[in-house]
Amino acid sequence: MSVASLNASLTTSIRHGVRPIQVVPVLGLLIIAAFPYIAGPHYAILMFSAIGFAIALMGLNLLFGFTGLLSFGHAMFLAIGAYTAAYLTSAKIMSLEAILLTAAGVAIVVAVPIGLLCIRYVKIYFSMLTLAFSMLLYSFLFKFYPITGGDEGLRIRLPTPLLFDLSGLDTVTILTGPMYFYVFGMLIVLTVLMWRLTHSAFGLGLRAIRENEQKARYLGVNVQRYRLVAFVIAGVYGALGGVIVAIPVGLAEPSIAYWVQSGNLVFMLLLGGYTNFFGPVLGAILFIFFQDQLMSYTEYWRLTFGVLLAVIVIFFPNGLMGVLDPRRVWST
Amino acid sequence: MTILQAVEVRKFYGTFCALDGVSLVIGEGEHVSIIGPNGAGKTTLVNVLTGLLPPSAGTVTFKGHDIGRLGPLRLLRLGMARSFQLVNIFPQLSVRETIAIAAISSLGMGGRAFAPLRKNRRVWETVERVAGLFGLAGKLEQPTKSLSQGDKKLLDVASAFALSPEIILLDEPTSGVSTAEKTTIMQVLARAAKETGIKAIIQVEHDMDIVFGYSSRIIAVHNGKILADGSPAMIRARDDVMAIVVGRP
Ligand SMILES: Nc1ncnc2c1ncn2[C@@H]1O[C@H](COP(=O)(O)OP(=O)(O)O)[C@@H](O)[C@H]1O
Ligand SMILES: [Mg+2]
Repeated sequence: MSVASLNASLTTSIRHGVRPIQVVPVLGLLIIAAFPYIAGPHYAILMFSAIGFAIALMGLNLLFGFTGLLSFGHAMFLAIGAYTAAYLTSAKIMSLEAILLTAAGVAIVVAVPIGLLCIRYVKIYFSMLTLAFSMLLYSFLFKFYPITGGDEGLRIRLPTPLLFDLSGLDTVTILTGPMYFYVFGMLIVLTVLMWRLTHSAFGLGLRAIRENEQKARYLGVNVQRYRLVAFVIAGVYGALGGVIVAIPVGLAEPSIAYWVQSGNLVFMLLLGGYTNFFGPVLGAILFIFFQDQLMSYTEYWRLTFGVLLAVIVIFFPNGLMGVLDPRRVWST
Repeated sequence: MTILQAVEVRKFYGTFCALDGVSLVIGEGEHVSIIGPNGAGKTTLVNVLTGLLPPSAGTVTFKGHDIGRLGPLRLLRLGMARSFQLVNIFPQLSVRETIAIAAISSLGMGGRAFAPLRKNRRVWETVERVAGLFGLAGKLEQPTKSLSQGDKKLLDVASAFALSPEIILLDEPTSGVSTAEKTTIMQVLARAAKETGIKAIIQVEHDMDIVFGYSSRIIAVHNGKILADGSPAMIRARDDVMAIVVGRP
């Protein structure tokens, strides 16, 4: 073989053998792990919900960053998680595992038919269709008072993870202690799963679809099936995130499915950066903490957010993670 | 043995007739060049032969299957691959990744959702072999959008080739490609036709050196009709064809 191909195989082994450690993400995860020890309970609980949003966002980014489909209705899956938690805990099913599995199952049952319809469309049509379905769910939650509690919502009692003895502990201690680490463990596991998914042949196929659907099809990628699978996985991540987000609130309300919530998710994704694998995690944390701080300083926090979003889109199109780590953690 | 067959194919764009009763039979071992002036209907013909466009009338059959019912994925499984006239790339994917997508399909590994692709030696071996054949080995890590026009075309042909098809249809694979690279493409294809499983090549081509240097058969198209269909020697002897296609008497 030629020098060129030898060279190529060398770069391959370098590229594929040793990988530079992802300093920023590892540092970030350590900070999240230690957070209850370095910050007060108010902030630890904020981080708890940020983890929930981060998980939901990883799903959203599988659709947007990888597959090129921007959902404006991702909050419907948050709602599925929250309401599942409400129904099960009010039926005295307190196992967190049971709640998570049920939420994932419901998300699949809902995502398959909705996905089959939505993935026939791309770009703004996909976005609008997902928005429409989330608003449909919102109206249902809002109007069907006997089943959903209407605008008052449904109470979520604090679930208990398997093998944990939480008796005698107060809610804040649980949320900033055992339950916090449980949820952090979920973040790690779901991040690893998403990493593997996006660095597989399947993940490469999704990126090919995003770049050029027709060419992907002619190179043997089953475009519709890949999109559907991405949509369903995004839904499952959304619902798991929804359970976590709803636990500290203690309430499942229709507003969790409202378009503003879906908009917030898209905002978080742009803030953190959709071109980077860890952008969603950073985006979720920044959003939750900015919102908390801004709301306590000014009643014009939405205005401030709007300006911030404009600045990011114009000057940092790859989000803040793109500033911290300009390498696209996208490649195979 | 017949691989691809078109019978009395017509294609209308609105009221404009781009293909007007085209019939042809492609068999094993053929390297067919489709020639003709701009607007003759060559791209339309390739698009109809690959099922991208449904014919307005007539039928196209591939290995005995009606092509209109197959769709790109089944066509691929039955052994048909194609490239496009206009540059058709994945802008942000690297050369390595682009060829890998084709290699993954031809190895039937597309469903592997959790296995790390990085460690899939069979895929990377195929990628490196194909890139080596087409002279792209030194550019594997480059994002496709940064390639020269010629390299983009080369990559398009290479990725169709990586599908290990039995029949490959190429719409002007050498346009915008340097003379040296043209020769590379043609030699790789000719060798592949002999050594690997490629049984037939159909190629739209403007470069008459390539047409007469590599084809076993030439089909001249003009105004949506087949003007002549035969061996290079026969086509060369047809003054009317040469006048229309090459533009000189
Ligand atoms: N999508 C289309 N709509 C209308 N007319 C078209 C379309 N595509 C091609 N044509 C016309 O059909 C004729 C044949 O086009 P084409 O097959 O691209 O020719 P060639 O590849 O031989 O240059 C041309 O006159 C062209 O203008
Ligand atoms: Mg053409």
